[in-house]
Amino acid sequence: MASVSTPNGFDLDTSGQRIVVDPICRIEGHLRIEVNVDENNVIRNAVSTGNMWRGLEVILQGRDPRDAWAFTERICGVCTGVHALQSVRAVEDALKIDIPANANHIRNLMMLAQFTQDHIVHFYHLHALDWVDVVSALSADPKATSDLQQSISPWPNSSPGYFSNVQNKLRRFVESGQLGIFANAYWGSPAYKLPPEANLMATTHYLEALDFQKEIVKIHTIFGGRNPHPNWVVGGMPCSINVDDTGAVGAVNMVWLNMVKDIIEQSIAFTDQVYLPDLKAIASFYKDWGAIGGGLSGKNVMSYGEFPAYANNYTNESWMLPQGAILNGDLGTVHDVDVRDPDQVQEFVAHSWYQYSDENVGLHPWDGVTEPKFELGPNTKGTKTNIENIDEGGKYSWLKAPRWRGNAMEVGPLARYLVAYARGREDIQAQVNGLLEELSLPITALFSTLGRTAARGLEASWAAHKMRDVYGELMDNLKRGDTATANMDKFDPSTWEADVKGVGFGEAPRGSLGHWVHIKDTKIKNYQCVVPTTWNASPRDPAGNIGAYEAALLGTPMANPEQPLEILRTIHSFDPCVACSTHVMSNDGRELSTVKVR
Amino acid sequence: MSTATHNVADGDPGAYDTLILGIGNVLWADEGFGIRAVEALHARYSFPDNVRVIDGGTQGIFLLPWVRDAKRLLIFDAVDFDLPPATLKLIRGDDVPRFMGAKKMSMHQTGFQEVLSSADLAGDLPEELALIGVQPELLDDYGGSLRDSVRKMVPAAIALALDVLKEWGVHATVRDSALRSNDLVGPGELGIRDYEDGRPTHGGDAR
Repeated sequence: MASVSTPNGFDLDTSGQRIVVDPICRIEGHLRIEVNVDENNVIRNAVSTGNMWRGLEVILQGRDPRDAWAFTERICGVCTGVHALQSVRAVEDALKIDIPANANHIRNLMMLAQFTQDHIVHFYHLHALDWVDVVSALSADPKATSDLQQSISPWPNSSPGYFSNVQNKLRRFVESGQLGIFANAYWGSPAYKLPPEANLMATTHYLEALDFQKEIVKIHTIFGGRNPHPNWVVGGMPCSINVDDTGAVGAVNMVWLNMVKDIIEQSIAFTDQVYLPDLKAIASFYKDWGAIGGGLSGKNVMSYGEFPAYANNYTNESWMLPQGAILNGDLGTVHDVDVRDPDQVQEFVAHSWYQYSDENVGLHPWDGVTEPKFELGPNTKGTKTNIENIDEGGKYSWLKAPRWRGNAMEVGPLARYLVAYARGREDIQAQVNGLLEELSLPITALFSTLGRTAARGLEASWAAHKMRDVYGELMDNLKRGDTATANMDKFDPSTWEADVKGVGFGEAPRGSLGHWVHIKDTKIKNYQCVVPTTWNASPRDPAGNIGAYEAALLGTPMANPEQPLEILRTIHSFDPCVACSTHVMSNDGRELSTVKVR
Repeated sequence: MSTATHNVADGDPGAYDTLILGIGNVLWADEGFGIRAVEALHARYSFPDNVRVIDGGTQGIFLLPWVRDAKRLLIFDAVDFDLPPATLKLIRGDDVPRFMGAKKMSMHQTGFQEVLSSADLAGDLPEELALIGVQPELLDDYGGSLRDSVRKMVPAAIALALDVLKEWGVHATVRDSALRSNDLVGPGELGIRDYEDGRPTHGGDAR
């Protein structure tokens, strides 16, 4: 079987040379990609393997549902807050707890800050080096870099002397022989297209983004009382607010609220004057990537919706970014997504290292089963502890295969933006149309690796501006005398019904995230998380539909299979984070950062 | 359960020069060593205002702001030294990033080596680095706690830490009262006693 067509419309050919990239993430995550290329080095088959297991569902069984948020926070090395939020939402849904308006505003502020921070970190620290050649930056003319910077942005750090200083610092770092964080790249590859000045400008902002991170996390510290693991509580937010200096000691006071306001303004300035101008400048040299890496994005995308304008209202009249599903690229029809409907979100395990009694059917997460079963397909090359080539005909990933009404879906900033655009949201349409016009690109260029990276940048700016609005609403509500931040009426388990189910759903920076909980006799009976990377990095399902990563790699021409920069660009454009999808199962944790061509 | 915890002063990375950082995952048996060590250290001792004790959990790159503000960094972690289980080892200076990257057992170590490298690039690598690592006995007991062999090394790890801190001129004071929930190093929900007591006696052990 060398060639096959999948039900979701992709042609796979496994006859060519096999290439393995493991691991794929620059900083976080454990993900392995295998592809087959044809005689012209074009990718004709792609296989995405999450090679760790997380065990969270098992860990939570029998635990106190009010504690679940703290457990789910520990799953991921990047996004703690998003799991905590969906966890408390799930339990509040099950126990029919309404949260106060202030808690909703504060949660929105924390999540918007998370989106802004996460997207900035992704762009500069996880993805930029796929496009920016740090070594080339050493040969840039600081004066020309200054001219470039001043031509695209009013950002004040733009003098020739400033860029010269950064260049010297960078040179010392590179010449010390310890490339460290820059080690896993292919410097000097002809696939890098930026002139030295653009490389120096972007590398400089890599460093500025490191500094900016220090500021924006303070929003979590202020409202969550602690960083890097802020506090959450079922029923609201565990912080008290004191705007007139009459409240409790330790409450969030005006000094802190003013600091939040300052950080919001800094976030807006950084995204609008640094991130977006860089994105446009870099994109203008890589317009060909507006036609590469589309995969599912031009077909099936989904969003659960996020940022409720009104407390306890998780519908499109409240979501600032709407829910919806688009099928077969039909932007004229947006389907409603109902995470409670047993026929909509389902997970399959036919190609995953789990077992169901009937692996031809999918299970809705409320009925979900997480029972590991590690076995390799008959065509695997290598051994269980040293897999040379995986057999995608058998079980081949620690990720399940989530599907929406049987369809593989792409999730993430691009999916959210397509759904919002198709739903007629004017703020999103204005942003998208403006960018396409500036870059002279057609709307179809969105369905691509470039489109994914661009949508993330637009969303970072959108989120920073939304923080300003939400902050205003919070302050208005506080001034009206409402200082309630938590509803503890049903915190005591003696007030609970014996057998209840709930779901917490929304959007994490990487895409749709849901936590489904079943509470029986005050303890967790079943807990299932379906996380963004499980959607995107999904293996095949029993019908043979491939997932978003697998689809996005097909048709990509590689300049040199020994330097899989093209694979990294597309996979990184999804902002992969497999930490929350998986965890180490094998005792052999020895890590290889290698490319194997077979 | 902690329900009304808010203590900005403790969380604000403004005024400290010494960071005591536990990293690892409490959900995976001996992987939780680093967190349990700082939890125990913080429960028994208080430190001057220039010292922060934090539970870094599984965080990678988002610990960078913390690390950059520190002149002295003491890390507790479970490390694969290729030595017998529960062996405790103190690593100093330039060897710290090497050990954290040599044999990665866990997500956060991949991330943490990059954190040190990024801090270096930004010109903010702490002047003093120390890593107190333990060789884990078992990792894949999902929802489990420290094995007895590793748990027994926590006091020795704390003693080593106090020696390092003393060398750095940091004086630890034995607390005369128990910590309030607001002052815990991590969420009370994951404190070792609640974590161990809350584990179901049947059905939850995935080994």
